[in-house]
Amino acid sequence: MGPGQYTASTHAVLNKLGIEFLNLKEFNCCGYPLRNFRFRAFLLASVRNLAIAEKRALDIVTMCNCCYGNLKYAEHLMKEESALRDEINATLAREGLHYEGGIAPKHVLQVLYDDIGIEQLQANLKKTYRGLKIAVHYGCHILRPSKITQFDHPCAPTKFDQLVSITGAESVPWLTKLECCGSPLMGVNDDLSMDLTEKKLANAREAGADYLCVSCPYCLTQFDRVQNMMLSRRGSKVLLPSMLYTQLLGLCLGIDPQELRMEMNKLPITGIQQFLSENGQKRDHH
Amino acid sequence: MFYSLSLYFSLTIFVLGLLYKISNWFRYSIGIEGSGIPTSARIIAAVRGIITTLFSSKIITLLRVFILDVILQARTFREDFSRWLMHMCIYGGFMLLLLMHALSKFTTAILFADYYSTLNPFLFLRDLAALLMILGLFLAMFRRYFRKGWRPATNAMDLYAILILAVIMISGILLEGAKIVSPTVFQSMVQEYLIQPDEEQIRSLSSYWVQEFGAVSPSLEGPFDSKVLQEGRVIHEMNCMQCHSRPQWGVAGYAVSRLMKPMAEELDRADLPATLWYLHFLACFLGLAYLPFSKMFHIFASPLSLMANAVMDRNTSAPANIATKQILELDACVHCGACTQRCSVAVAFGEIPNVNILPSEKIASLKALAAGRNLSSRELRTVQQGLFLCTNCNRCTLVCPVGIGLRDLWVSARELLLQRSLPESLLLSPFSLYRGLTQEFIGQTRYRNPLDLIRNAIAAGFPQEQGRDPSSPFGFGEKALLSGLNASIQANSFSHCYGCMTCSNACPVVRNYAKPGDVLGLMPHQLMHAIGLRQWDLVFESMMLWNCLGCYQCQENCPQNVQVTEILYELKNVAVSRIDKKSA
Repeated sequence: MGPGQYTASTHAVLNKLGIEFLNLKEFNCCGYPLRNFRFRAFLLASVRNLAIAEKRALDIVTMCNCCYGNLKYAEHLMKEESALRDEINATLAREGLHYEGGIAPKHVLQVLYDDIGIEQLQANLKKTYRGLKIAVHYGCHILRPSKITQFDHPCAPTKFDQLVSITGAESVPWLTKLECCGSPLMGVNDDLSMDLTEKKLANAREAGADYLCVSCPYCLTQFDRVQNMMLSRRGSKVLLPSMLYTQLLGLCLGIDPQELRMEMNKLPITGIQQFLSENGQKRDHH
Repeated sequence: MFYSLSLYFSLTIFVLGLLYKISNWFRYSIGIEGSGIPTSARIIAAVRGIITTLFSSKIITLLRVFILDVILQARTFREDFSRWLMHMCIYGGFMLLLLMHALSKFTTAILFADYYSTLNPFLFLRDLAALLMILGLFLAMFRRYFRKGWRPATNAMDLYAILILAVIMISGILLEGAKIVSPTVFQSMVQEYLIQPDEEQIRSLSSYWVQEFGAVSPSLEGPFDSKVLQEGRVIHEMNCMQCHSRPQWGVAGYAVSRLMKPMAEELDRADLPATLWYLHFLACFLGLAYLPFSKMFHIFASPLSLMANAVMDRNTSAPANIATKQILELDACVHCGACTQRCSVAVAFGEIPNVNILPSEKIASLKALAAGRNLSSRELRTVQQGLFLCTNCNRCTLVCPVGIGLRDLWVSARELLLQRSLPESLLLSPFSLYRGLTQEFIGQTRYRNPLDLIRNAIAAGFPQEQGRDPSSPFGFGEKALLSGLNASIQANSFSHCYGCMTCSNACPVVRNYAKPGDVLGLMPHQLMHAIGLRQWDLVFESMMLWNCLGCYQCQENCPQNVQVTEILYELKNVAVSRIDKKSA
């Protein structure tokens, strides 16, 4: 079956930009689903990943907001709470691991924005969009709690919008931009989860967006797969197809749509290629 | 006589055991696919499935899997080279010995007209195979007991598998060694193969064998006269050589015989060769009779699992066949632990001491469930928790060397177990996402019932335990909750709340309802207030806790820096242990 669109498109983009990375088999789940259930189990899971990265002297890059938020949170606790750190380390010691501190988990958006930088990124673009309107969805755990995640301003963030803007697309302002996608309640309270998703999609559509752009696999699952479920379950129409930022950017970097697994999205997004034009060329669009 | 008797006895048990185990594949079921399908329908579906597969293009897939994954074990090779090497040694050695040695009457003797077990290349190959197997067993022991890094505990069955093979191998090699240095064995062979030899001839031949092949003769001692040796050689070449290569080619046995040589006569008087012979064949027969009931049954089940999984999936295959495949898969598992090593959430076992979290250990529980063993509701809940504490990441399936569709197995088994009306608090966590996304597969009634059950369990409230402090939610004082709060940051910051309602206004869940209080119970600002008032019943019955997204809008916007989201998380943790305790 091969990797999903998030893995495939992130790898393709990082490769194109010359970022070296490894996929460590030893990594485990960040522990996010365990937080409702057993805080300590969540923390152990997160810190184990940090310890593995530390042992191999590597940085951690996540493709997921929830992984990012939770690893940052665990890192923060390890720094602040020395007693807790000792206890977690005692458990990790059973498999010969130890976390000293100092790993700063990064979201892939941070790698693009902070490490590569807007200008450098722009210089790599082969094509840009014309007349494309994008509703940017930040997602919760990259922004909040802002004291810990420290990605961007929690109420007026701009980094993701800038990253979208350099592709030539317009980032439209919309009402529920900073709200949750609804994914955490999918499977728990489907009606509520879908209500939240539907509201966001409707808002983005009203704002004139052609596509929704996300930076987290949970958000994509919600806006793509769950929206697709809503079509039959709620009899609703497709409100707005969604895509990953790495897919949006990947096309501009000249990466083949198949390599970005565009066709894996349940709601078709391949139409976005109509908005693409070679850099420097002018092109009219509807 | 005793030999044939014990052979037929163990063979009978083996065949009956095989039939019994195979019948289980059609009689038992472990997941939702099999419920309500009678055994006869399962057998018919299996026959139909097998025939249609064999006469379709899928036969090519089956052949490919048989060669790559069954014979060459490519799946194991890709995941873990040292495991592959270990298993190839054992399996390669085993197959060689089984086909060329144990079954020589039916294989080698027919294939090769001039077959003698004492003749090369058979003599050498037999020892080579045995050495390979011993090397493999050694690696297996090393991997289990001495290698660093965490792996699931070795159970009695794992140990049995290694021991039975080790006993067979070691007794065989010792037997070969003992025969090389046994004067009795030498004498009986002389009697058998030499036609009316006189004393002189026997002496010459013995001298030659003692000198050249390390045999032992009580009456002879070197150095030998070269004429005697020359005569011995001629007799050897005339009578022995056609069916006996140099014993040195039996490398393992010959090496052992050098150690035995100093005490050769004592060992011979104690009838060591006969003792070892009994030990060797009885161990083989024990292994044979017990095979269907032991881990060694994987010899049959694992290749079937690999091939079945290559051509079946839950979307297109008949549910009856999926049910049958799942029981077969339980037999195919060799408890190697690859799944657990790659499991995304196995790490949680460090904080939650439930072995059923570990995929490799879930199998044992599923076997018990499938066999219909009566588990207490406490045991069932433990299994259920283990099955549900799973991110459905599918890594276990991808690394399983015998190709078991592990994720589908967990899903199917957990959905069946959830129908037993034991409330599962993990349903209220993001572990439910995959369940939500695949609800069509589960079926609407089966999907909704467990969710209603756990919600009702919460709504039924948390009556105070008698004789305990009524103001305490746990019976050990709220101090533990409020100060500890599992060290999440400043969770006791609730006391800074001045009730401005910013949190509730920022909450997308609250804003989703016209009358949020009716649906959610207490809203976030009310929860903060109720904690201050120690109104625990209101706090823990509030559905707000279970409809919280964890999106941090409340906490981010709080002007008083109350850690609202952290507090909600913490309350959920406490509530979960309360629910679990109450329904235990």
